[in-house]
Amino acid sequence: MMLTLPAAPVVATPSPWAAAAMIAVVVLTSTTGEVLTAAAMKSIGDLDVIRERSGLKGAIRSVVTCPLFFAGVFFLAVAFFSLLLALNHLNLSLVAPASASLTLVTNAIAGKIFLKENVDRRRWAAAVLVCVGVYLLAH
Amino acid sequence: MTTLPAISLAHPAALIAAVFTPWVALGIALLIGFFASYLTALSWADLTFVLPATAFGNVIVALFAHFWLHEAISLERWAGIALITLGVSFVAQGPSRTQHAEPLRENSTTEEPVAGEVLPR
Repeated sequence: MMLTLPAAPVVATPSPWAAAAMIAVVVLTSTTGEVLTAAAMKSIGDLDVIRERSGLKGAIRSVVTCPLFFAGVFFLAVAFFSLLLALNHLNLSLVAPASASLTLVTNAIAGKIFLKENVDRRRWAAAVLVCVGVYLLAH
Repeated sequence: MTTLPAISLAHPAALIAAVFTPWVALGIALLIGFFASYLTALSWADLTFVLPATAFGNVIVALFAHFWLHEAISLERWAGIALITLGVSFVAQGPSRTQHAEPLRENSTTEEPVAGEVLPR
């Protein structure tokens, strides 16, 4: 069953460069947010262990008192609003798969450089396969 | 959200009222649950392990849409499902966490080293 939606207002299509710039902003801000959040969680340590030791309240406190965590959440929020901005100008069928799949690859690169994670061949292969898969699925 | 009247920025109170609609409230509660589990996973696993693994949610959404909402899945989308599943199986075979000079988890040293893996120095 198809939903009938009101006709979308005709908006001037941005140039490919403007479209690429909007997607790049979404990808870069969300990668920054993910890396900062991951760094925060790594600095806090295993939450399951903290919860065993000082309860759920202690675990929540350890997260919400970490400045790095809020820096990460800030960038994730910026990424969300820049995604909304991009959706305002571009088609969902372009923005959603492009940003979701590119983020996986940029995160693999950023994880290797900034978080010093051991991104071996298996993880590169996974990042690329999931990237192509998400693109095909969301396209 | 589509069952609600259109919300415009001129009436922000309508947006706040929408938060308390049962379905929206349930969605927000589930999102908070997602974020809490995501943060817990990041506290003991690498970002490059957690992100591809959470991408498996896309596959679950597609399968739900197919078997529950009876949406058609094109050949292209089946290919996407296959690639994500393959990618997640790749990453899941490896260690969940990079080993640095000092072991970060006591039980991580008992794991069998896998060929190609960087061993703790």
